[in-house]
Amino acid sequence: MSRAETSGRAFLREQFQSKKGTKVIVSYALLILLSLLYIAPLLWMLSTSLKTNSDAVQWPLSWFPEQISTEGYSTILDPAASQPVIRWFVNSLVAATAHAGLVLIVAAPAGYALARMHFRGSRLIFATLVATLFIPPVTFLMPNYLIVDSLGWLDTLWAIVVPGAAGAFGVFFLRQFFTSLPVELEEAALVDGANRFQIFMRIILPLSKPALATLAVLSFLTNWNDFLWPVYVLFSKPNLTLQPGLAILQDAYNTNYPIVMAGGIIASIPVLILFLLAQRYVVEGVARSGLK
Amino acid sequence: MAVSSQRAAAGTPGTAAKQRSAASHHGGRFTPYLFLAPYLVVFGIFVLAPAGYGLWISLHSWDYLLPGKPFVGLENYTELFSSVSRYGPDFWESMRATGTFTVTSVPLLVTIPLGVAVVLNQQFPGRALFRAVYFGPYVLGVAVIGVLWRFLLDPNVGVMNFYLGKLGLPDDIPWTTALPWGWVSLVGPTVWWTLGFNTVIYLAGLQDISREYYDAAKTDGANAWQSFRHVTLPGLRPVIVFVLTITVLGSGIMFGQSLLITQGAPSFETRSAIWFIADTGLRQFQMGDAAAMSYILSLFLIVIAIVIFKFLGRRVD
Repeated sequence: MSRAETSGRAFLREQFQSKKGTKVIVSYALLILLSLLYIAPLLWMLSTSLKTNSDAVQWPLSWFPEQISTEGYSTILDPAASQPVIRWFVNSLVAATAHAGLVLIVAAPAGYALARMHFRGSRLIFATLVATLFIPPVTFLMPNYLIVDSLGWLDTLWAIVVPGAAGAFGVFFLRQFFTSLPVELEEAALVDGANRFQIFMRIILPLSKPALATLAVLSFLTNWNDFLWPVYVLFSKPNLTLQPGLAILQDAYNTNYPIVMAGGIIASIPVLILFLLAQRYVVEGVARSGLK
Repeated sequence: MAVSSQRAAAGTPGTAAKQRSAASHHGGRFTPYLFLAPYLVVFGIFVLAPAGYGLWISLHSWDYLLPGKPFVGLENYTELFSSVSRYGPDFWESMRATGTFTVTSVPLLVTIPLGVAVVLNQQFPGRALFRAVYFGPYVLGVAVIGVLWRFLLDPNVGVMNFYLGKLGLPDDIPWTTALPWGWVSLVGPTVWWTLGFNTVIYLAGLQDISREYYDAAKTDGANAWQSFRHVTLPGLRPVIVFVLTITVLGSGIMFGQSLLITQGAPSFETRSAIWFIADTGLRQFQMGDAAAMSYILSLFLIVIAIVIFKFLGRRVD
């Protein structure tokens, strides 16, 4: 960290002293300006969420609240509020956490079997998983609604947690990682009399923490942000997650933007924190998901 | 098959090693299936079963609320092509909306992130921070993006018109209520939201282009543009095709922006296909019609993906 900083400073010093110095400063200024412009919408959401309703639409618009107001937040975070945002937040948190856990539980052993074991039907299973990647997800909408209904899961968090874990992405992602581990460790453990399950639990999983963390974070983000499916499978207000809840807020308070923006901030905070903490995992996971 | 042939040849020395290695994957014949079982259960119920079930539904007059679901063959499909059908005109209007959105957003989402990636691929202090800034919006859900931009683009109190006015431009543009502004209001926020995702994929692709090619180009006296044109672009070709494909597929299922930013306005001209399909099937419960529509939309997407791969997928040196 500090080493990178020193080399960064050395880099800058070198640039300033060279002829290219001005060019570098201009490039940086431009990049910073563009970046500020890029996150301006998010800053506007934050600033508006801290305004009063009249302040928010007061012409000329201002970047800073005349007086910091938590009215937007307190209206929707009131436990007795007509729009139970706290409840939605908890639902989202429970669903996304459970979903990420479920993805790991089902995808890790399956990915391991496909990476390391030779058995009858492995090629067929693998080919089937690959083939389903080519089916556009929109065709699952009607049948999965009926399947979730027949399981008695409509309007429950089960409908949010489970179906998404059927996607083959996690299996391929972990299989790829397991394949890259050196096989010698497992062979040594087999010689020592360990069985497959013990090897998986005690050697493979501990070695795979980065891959498991990446998959967990990506699954959490996807589930937290999912919109279309929860809009249609959840319908009673206390059972909603935050994303369909935001659509309800927009409807209920269509002229009171501080409230709607407060809802947006509440829905953004957990994923932004997760992104800041696990940025490397998120970005590398996305890059790898793209290129396999 | 493999097992029986192995057993037949068990006596020969050549297979002894193979057998030992098979035995070394021991733990019983059922172990692999036990490892796969949890996933296959979920996969069977929510991927394999619906893959067939969906087609089945589309061949029936399937009203969720009615007990009888009579078989109607391909009627749900042919109905959509008749000019007097119940859903045909609205469905095709929504397909047009999704098509317009796709045709306008994809070129931007393929080219802009490429430029951003080339800039962020340079070695300079603070690179990771800038990358985080441009990727940041992507970690937010479409619902947040939707309610936020509905506000920013509000014709009366939105900050967009406020700043346009300050620049001396018209400050009463009906972003969310009239065309063509409605398309800008769907495409602009989408580009802002997902640009970072494509950028990250491009960045990974750029890492794979060997430094040596750039050095060789430099030795040959190539300037920055020439080395981009003759080294970066050809080297990135498969990645560009990949980005193009996933962006088309992603735009083809656009939903939240249409629901929250333009809310379909004016009338239903910006209502996306998937919104109309979901509403027909899951609000009006005409699931047979909706399933048929979902297969038509899918057919479009699959054909486009195939065309992209057929014409661009192969290297043409």
